[in-house]
Amino acid sequence: MRFSVLSLAREALTGHRGWTPTWRDAAPRDAYDVVIIGGGGHGLATAYYLAKEFGIRNVAVLEKGWIGGGNVGRNTTIIRSNYLLPGNEPFYEQAMKLWEGLEQDFNYNAMVSQRGVLNLYHSDAQRDAYARRGNAMRLNGVDSELLDRDGVRAMAPFLTFDDARFPIQGGLLQRRGGTARHDAVAWGYARGASDRGVDIVQHCEVTGFLREAGRVVGVETTRGTIRAGKIGMAVAGHSSRVAGMAGLRLPIESHVLQAFVSEGIKPLIPGVITFGAGHFYISQSDKGGLVFGGDIDGYNSYAQRGNLAVVEDVCEGGMALMPMIGRLRLLRSWGGIMDMSMDGSPIIDRTPVDGLYLNAGWCYGGFKATPASGFCFAHLLARDEPHPVAAAFRLDRFASGHLIDEKGAGAQPNLH
Amino acid sequence: MRITCPYCGPRDVAEFTYLGDGTLRRPDPAAPGAAAAFHDYVYLRDNPAGRHTELWYHAGGCRSWLRAVRDTRTHAFESVALATDSVPSEQAQ
Repeated sequence: MRFSVLSLAREALTGHRGWTPTWRDAAPRDAYDVVIIGGGGHGLATAYYLAKEFGIRNVAVLEKGWIGGGNVGRNTTIIRSNYLLPGNEPFYEQAMKLWEGLEQDFNYNAMVSQRGVLNLYHSDAQRDAYARRGNAMRLNGVDSELLDRDGVRAMAPFLTFDDARFPIQGGLLQRRGGTARHDAVAWGYARGASDRGVDIVQHCEVTGFLREAGRVVGVETTRGTIRAGKIGMAVAGHSSRVAGMAGLRLPIESHVLQAFVSEGIKPLIPGVITFGAGHFYISQSDKGGLVFGGDIDGYNSYAQRGNLAVVEDVCEGGMALMPMIGRLRLLRSWGGIMDMSMDGSPIIDRTPVDGLYLNAGWCYGGFKATPASGFCFAHLLARDEPHPVAAAFRLDRFASGHLIDEKGAGAQPNLH
Repeated sequence: MRITCPYCGPRDVAEFTYLGDGTLRRPDPAAPGAAAAFHDYVYLRDNPAGRHTELWYHAGGCRSWLRAVRDTRTHAFESVALATDSVPSEQAQ
């Protein structure tokens, strides 16, 4: 299905009865060159880039529910590349560059809006840390600006600048950061993959792996056995469960992260703003709702819902930053299940099981990474070697000591 | 979510701090293969969807370490006991 001004006008005049499906809901065949487990943002992006960039089109994406129904539908849609460490920053900048050309690339309106990401600082020490991060970004060719208090005030005069405990001293701004439309990202990738011959198979849950001579050669699913030359897992949130079927234990815990949307109001928040003294990040959707979130709940969970203690904590952060939001009502909230890795960074790598490839451990930064995650995972699946910008995301880095611990929290996943 | 502390009774989860998997045992550093055993101990987790044995610290109450069994799909607690009294039997020394 393609969209144009002409088709919109035609359908508006004929009662919208002529629209056809955007992508093909396929039935599984017996065998594929590559099977990707997980029809979320990362899985669909992987299939898209496999078909488009690497010429591998005999591909199936297996999704246990409906595509885009997992974490790509349960995030706060923020895109940014403001990382410190060398293992991370080039990767996230690759994602940002792909975001910038995404709509032209897959010809779908993903509503990528580079409205800026502003991280506030509240102390001299935090200013120094942010200056260091900004400099690290610039060394990697990424834009960053350190704003003083007046610079922040010019952008967001409504913030509480003179809070007794956490006065706002300034902020680190990445103007190229912003937000995107999460559903459109999934659907744009799905259509692009489907048009190139990829089978998107929904309601098809993987229940086991088919092994021959130590190698995985296929998957058992609720819709039958499917053989595959290579199998890629992109099931963040449930990576431990799927990897467990292949006999692997991962350096991952699953945790629930909650997010919230307020009732719609007139334009207020200019971009993405984060509170540096707590953990609170907020932006405003094009429909007017304030979209915000904070920390994970902090205990292992697969429940896709969290507890009130964290709701209160997130709202306290919001009230400290901009007390006026206390007059708004919450429209809805949700919880997503995050692969919290042991150093806070992801894994894109081969596994010790031949034929099985892993894309996991996204913690709660998976959405912004979607294009580069798909591109680099497709590169790994197609060529059996890591893409240069994802070369540090190895599964064995925990054994070798090459951790990428952006936050310096150690092997305590609920603190990343 | 409330946790029923053996000393303090049912208390709000905000009073507690979570550590994680409560079945892990520190390997013997003098044993052969200790480096690999420590890698598994520090980094690898079963991470089950379902019954999970885990450690909580009652920081806002009696300051006891607790070992709880909880379903990670529903958050329902099956049992909560003092960590010192409830060493998992399969790994008890």
